Amino acid sequence: MLVSIVMTLVAASTPLLLAALGELVAEKAGVLNLGVEGMMLCGAVAGFSVAFSTGSTGAGVVAAAGAGIAAAMIFAVLALSLMANQVATGLALTIFGIGASSLVGAGFVGRTVERLGPVFPAALSQHPLLRIVFGHDILVYLSLALVAGVSFVLSRTRAGLILRAVGENDASAHAIGYPVVAIRYGAVAFGGALAGLAGACFSLALTPMWADRLTAGRGWIALALVVFSAWKPGRLLIGAYLFGAVMTLELQAKAAGVAWLAPEVLAMTPYLATIAVLTMMSLGRRTGRLDAPACLGKPFSAS
Amino acid sequence: MTSIITRRRLTFGAAAASTLPVLGRTASAQAPLGVGFIYVGPIGDHGYSWTHDQGRLALEKEYGAKIKTSFIENVAEGPDAARALRQLAQAGNQLIFATSFGFMNPTIQVAKQFPKVKFEHATGYMRAENVATYDARFYEGRAVIGTIAGHMSKSGQAGYVASFPIPEVVMGINAFHLAARKVNPNFKTRVVWVSSWYDPAKEADAAKALIDQGADMITQHTDSPAPLQAAEQRGVYAFGQASDMRAFAPRAHLTAIVDDWSGYYIKRVREVMDGTWKSGAVWGGIKDGFVKLAPYNETMTAEARKAADAVKDAIVAGTLHPFTGELKDQKGEVRLKAGETASDEMLSKMDWYVDGIQA
Repeated sequence: MLVSIVMTLVAASTPLLLAALGELVAEKAGVLNLGVEGMMLCGAVAGFSVAFSTGSTGAGVVAAAGAGIAAAMIFAVLALSLMANQVATGLALTIFGIGASSLVGAGFVGRTVERLGPVFPAALSQHPLLRIVFGHDILVYLSLALVAGVSFVLSRTRAGLILRAVGENDASAHAIGYPVVAIRYGAVAFGGALAGLAGACFSLALTPMWADRLTAGRGWIALALVVFSAWKPGRLLIGAYLFGAVMTLELQAKAAGVAWLAPEVLAMTPYLATIAVLTMMSLGRRTGRLDAPACLGKPFSAS
Repeated sequence: MTSIITRRRLTFGAAAASTLPVLGRTASAQAPLGVGFIYVGPIGDHGYSWTHDQGRLALEKEYGAKIKTSFIENVAEGPDAARALRQLAQAGNQLIFATSFGFMNPTIQVAKQFPKVKFEHATGYMRAENVATYDARFYEGRAVIGTIAGHMSKSGQAGYVASFPIPEVVMGINAFHLAARKVNPNFKTRVVWVSSWYDPAKEADAAKALIDQGADMITQHTDSPAPLQAAEQRGVYAFGQASDMRAFAPRAHLTAIVDDWSGYYIKRVREVMDGTWKSGAVWGGIKDGFVKLAPYNETMTAEARKAADAVKDAIVAGTLHPFTGELKDQKGEVRLKAGETASDEMLSKMDWYVDGIQA
């Protein structure tokens, strides 16, 4: 049973981790994209429709990332090239994503596809104990590899340094010759790809079907996780799994009949955990500042 | 956060003109009757809101160009609902169906502002001169699936994925459990509240948690087919909710409680056209065609089939009421004496669990 709980926990955490990691990179470059939920839905519906039409779940995963990038580009043109307000544009992207995914998905309601299966051979992935390590789908391993990759690139490479410079001080980065807007385009596209993959977690792995608003607000949790992590990939990994754990254990506790706690209290626990961690983090620094990139959300114009 | 950013899709049903040549003249002389709907979920949920929308489509099929239907989906229960209802009333709809329990107060409030518009509220108890209520006795269907669960369960334990502890849901849990207990006196029903009508990933995780705790029958009072998919993946049985969901879980899906509102909608629209519409309360069950059961899965044993049909037939014949005493609640207090059946009032206010439910 414990193995099964851990499997559920990992599966529930993965979309949060993917979407939040993508947003983290965009925010590190100074772009606040609140359209995560919309990009996730675009990815979810594209992943499902392609997997359904081609019969290949792998093609669905690729399409989901592509659709996430396409949605992110709408945001990028408006917010980066035309310098629209990033908050408003991000919210608009979410509403657009909800509507567009519903329109595209209308023909797929009631259909199912093959679930995104484990990547390792059955001897490992079906093993009663080893499946805790080997029993997951490709998106789980990909998300973990991406955390390591993003962490490495941001902290150890020149490319990461430039990305952070653009987010911390766009004017200086521009003055010494870096193409601020182009770099931000790249970061937003990366965020879109990961949000699209997070959407694929829903429509291909967790609940292999298409239904309207399949993600049910997880994009907002991903946004909160970026703040929660203080823009650090390692902490984001812990945060996403903590959130996944609280969500899973809440349901497990109810199923096990923990009667002394009201169901409403259990339903609050993920949010109580967020408040508790944010409070602790703020107390830990005398300034109470959470290390947000200095240029986060500000439009930049080279002229 | 999502409830703030609800999608508003106001769709006007295509008016298939001149499908009725004889009545065509009168129909075109008069403006078509506007019939509006608000749904709590997306019509693509394949569950509760979807079945109401099937009722709307049945209206269009029945009346063609004589009516014009419109709907707003994903309406949050609360002030948003009042706004949506007002919008439909101002758009000229003469009959408006508010299809979820939480729309009750907004419906009464808006109905006061539009005394000439007729409102129908599903699953509520507040009425007015121009507000009627209608509901389905889903608990009758739940008694049938409870009987099946009692026969088909090996572990003697069912998991119930539930939304909110309102009387409608509590009543369903009790009816399911009582029926299963009649077959297996030691039957256990565990309930997990997901605090949402529609959150596929959470519903699936709740089903998995229940299966982890030993349930080999999953039933639900939430709107997506996700718990069925979880049951299919884990190799246990499950029951569909609101519509035939077997496409999502061909092996796990034993049957489903199917909501069918079309008969009622057709009748009420005709009454508005005839000028005979009156406020009132309708609570229809299996006998009235409000509640149906999807075809049984092939894997169901002959014994389970027979028992399920017997319960269904007895309910239709009026010889069986799912809530018949003696009934004790969780604390051991007698709620219904031996031989006594629950009144509709008692059912509609049910806020206690029968003995043996873990919720």
